[in-house]
Amino acid sequence: MATPRAAAVADEMGAEPGVRSHADTTGPGAEGRCLHCGLPAPSAADRGDGDPPGDGDGRFCCSGCAAAYRLVAGLGLADYYRRRTLDPDQRPLKPEDDAGDSGGVDLASHVHTAEGRSRVSLVVEGLHWAACVWLIESVLAREPGVISARVNMTTRRLALAWREAETDGDRLVGAVRRLGYRLVPFDTERLDSERRRREGELVRAMAVAGFAAGNVMLLSVSIWAGASQGMGPATRDLLHWISALIAMPAIAYAGRPFFRSALSVLRMGRTNMDVPISLGVLLAVAMSLYQTARGAEHAYFDSAIGLLFFLLVGRYLDLLARGRARSAAEHLLALGTKAVTVLGSGGERRVLAPARVEPGMSVLVAAGERIGIDGRVIAGVSEVDTALIDGESVPKPVAPGTRLFAGTLNLAAPLTVAVTAVGDGTLLAEIARLIEAAEQQRGRYVALADRVARLYAPVVHSLALLSFLGWWLGAGAAWQDALLIAISVLIITCPCALALAVPVVHVIASGRLLRRGILLKSGTALERLSGANTIVFDKTGTLTLGRSRLVEAAGREADRAALAQAAALAAASRHPLARALVRAAEAHGIVVTVAGGVIEVPGAGLERLTADGIMRLGSRAFVGAQGSGATDGEGSEAGPELWLARPGEAAVRFVFADAPRDDARAVITALQQRGYMVELLSGDRPAVVAAVAAAVGIATWQAGCTPSDKVRRLEALAGRGARVLMVGDGLNDAPALAAASVSLSPATAVDVSQTAADLVFQGDRLAPVVEALVVARRAQRLVKQNLGLALIYNATTIPLAVAGLVTPLIAAIAMSTSSLVVIANALRLNRRSVS
Amino acid sequence: MDILLYLIPAALVLGLIGLGGFLWALKSGQYDDLDGAAYRILFEDDELPPADGTAHEGR
Repeated sequence: MATPRAAAVADEMGAEPGVRSHADTTGPGAEGRCLHCGLPAPSAADRGDGDPPGDGDGRFCCSGCAAAYRLVAGLGLADYYRRRTLDPDQRPLKPEDDAGDSGGVDLASHVHTAEGRSRVSLVVEGLHWAACVWLIESVLAREPGVISARVNMTTRRLALAWREAETDGDRLVGAVRRLGYRLVPFDTERLDSERRRREGELVRAMAVAGFAAGNVMLLSVSIWAGASQGMGPATRDLLHWISALIAMPAIAYAGRPFFRSALSVLRMGRTNMDVPISLGVLLAVAMSLYQTARGAEHAYFDSAIGLLFFLLVGRYLDLLARGRARSAAEHLLALGTKAVTVLGSGGERRVLAPARVEPGMSVLVAAGERIGIDGRVIAGVSEVDTALIDGESVPKPVAPGTRLFAGTLNLAAPLTVAVTAVGDGTLLAEIARLIEAAEQQRGRYVALADRVARLYAPVVHSLALLSFLGWWLGAGAAWQDALLIAISVLIITCPCALALAVPVVHVIASGRLLRRGILLKSGTALERLSGANTIVFDKTGTLTLGRSRLVEAAGREADRAALAQAAALAAASRHPLARALVRAAEAHGIVVTVAGGVIEVPGAGLERLTADGIMRLGSRAFVGAQGSGATDGEGSEAGPELWLARPGEAAVRFVFADAPRDDARAVITALQQRGYMVELLSGDRPAVVAAVAAAVGIATWQAGCTPSDKVRRLEALAGRGARVLMVGDGLNDAPALAAASVSLSPATAVDVSQTAADLVFQGDRLAPVVEALVVARRAQRLVKQNLGLALIYNATTIPLAVAGLVTPLIAAIAMSTSSLVVIANALRLNRRSVS
Repeated sequence: MDILLYLIPAALVLGLIGLGGFLWALKSGQYDDLDGAAYRILFEDDELPPADGTAHEGR
């Protein structure tokens, strides 16, 4: 893509006053920030003797960003940088080192090809601004052979179609990857079809029912207005016949979801809410048809179709609330499909989907790659970031023989791994199983609504039957009139408000939480959350950010020079401690420049040959710092550490700790003020846990917990009558998350924990915990109010219907108003904000 | 009241056209991305070939 011409154009572009001045005023490019990704960039003046990684004039942090910027500008799309807004909470738009090809993505198994045209769907990671949609689409539109490229901002998916003869998928995916986005293919057919089909059916049924209801009601208004002004029976009959003509096909079409469900439960000899609904609607239509043929005064077409319309709305909202949860789970599932590089017996490499890898195969894991399988190291020495599994922020050294788990990140050097578990043993299968379990599990309150329905349906049926028999045999009315009264009982008791009351509140609440970055994953989570009275936190990654930060123990003012030198070495490494060191140096106002000629020794540290001798940064053994300073012996207690050894000087120690999230203390205090019991359960050492507990103000804590210890503690709390909200991340928290009555996970947590948790929150702050609790409590109050309103409505109208006082007009008005009142009540959730 | 014989069918036909339009929009995927559409209108999509595209940028 980067032809010489394009690059030349880009340079010209970069020098354009418009572009430059803009970049200078908005942040990126100014104060040593990278023009492309907004991360700190070393400037040319500060750069040491090393090789410049960027384009040399300090506007970029790395060559990947420089290339991405040239690509964007060269295509005439530099407007992108003006249109976007950088969000510091999000993953920076930094191209990966191996960008340019498809990045090992196994595209072939996801591409659908027909008549030389290929289609693929991909999940886009790093899509945060509307301008990204524009950039991706524009870049792809300029590639030859692309038929269409469309990014859906709601689902974060890219639908790509191209002509097979002119280009290939890997090339197109590479073009987007070079911009810094990550693309993961997924199979639309497998994930989507069932829900989409049901949703489509409901929306179409709703549209037809709405159209018919509107028109039939208009005709009803004419009939009622005409009745008071002396409309002739012939005109009235005509209007009734037209109503029948509209209503009957519409009910036959739009009523199918209810009829089908009612039939299937009746076949099994049970009954549910759909039975009285179907019965009421069908009887009403049949009776109205009979009345119309007889030329009678009243027909119930409007009630029947109106009822159907409101019920469809409720059903659709219910599906929507669950669909949101599901699409989040689908996203996780799609992200889990990481490609695996398999080594053949002859040393040749093949990229395979994890599902196709078999135990016993040899897999190559590059440095910086997330491990996709469970296995044992055969060759190579490296360090593995296991934060996703055990929440430990310091990488673990691995050597041949060490067991590796899917989801961990290989940091330092390539590894060859023998596969031990695939298929049902893999993380992906576990995620899928957990999602299925979550789908099937329904909470207490919906179960209560179902119990109400199970009780309600027979009561309604017998009430209708009793009023029919009572009026026909008891009061001696004509059987037609008695049947009419029985039908009006069925219609008026139809649980319009009841069917709307819960879904409306849930949809509005989940929408509100979604806007605050909180994802509701289970339909009943809100209800369980509102009942929580005890909150248990995990430490690493939950109360803390799970990232090491330099603590000031060795950062004496005299060591500023040492810090600068250490940061210069550390800038060459991706090791978390090295990155923390660079961040700390920047926080001290030191401009970090990448030193040249740095060699990374896997599992040990960094070294660089200078004029005076070898400078080393790494473990104590690596730098050979035995007799250095007064701090010996307590090192391993305080936390992870790095040592800097310089020729002719004493070694300097840097100590790191995992600091609490910025607002952790405020959030804990707020929770305690609201009357929640707060506890801390951690697998970490007592000294560290005590320090964090004291820092955030938690009195009850327990250290050194294994996953089963955590579950036991939760069970003990539950035994005492506490309803526990568990907040945690790592895989070691997953059992506890599942055992708690409701659970919350940060979005940075391992996939399995996110799946086990009922809610997922984004961002570096802990405040969403309070927000979720407040919204849940308020939503639960509204659900109860709505159920109460629906019950009051039924209590007043059923006697009227049994007494035979309900005309079609009253039935229609009562039904609509009760539904509107319930919706309006639910909308109050949107208005008041949480401080 | 003979006018009803014309007006009611006319009203129904108009309504049916609306319904058909909605079902068509639904089928052609116009409700699939409600968030993106709000922003898309802000992008000037100058479908310029790369050759002249640059002359226009940044000025």
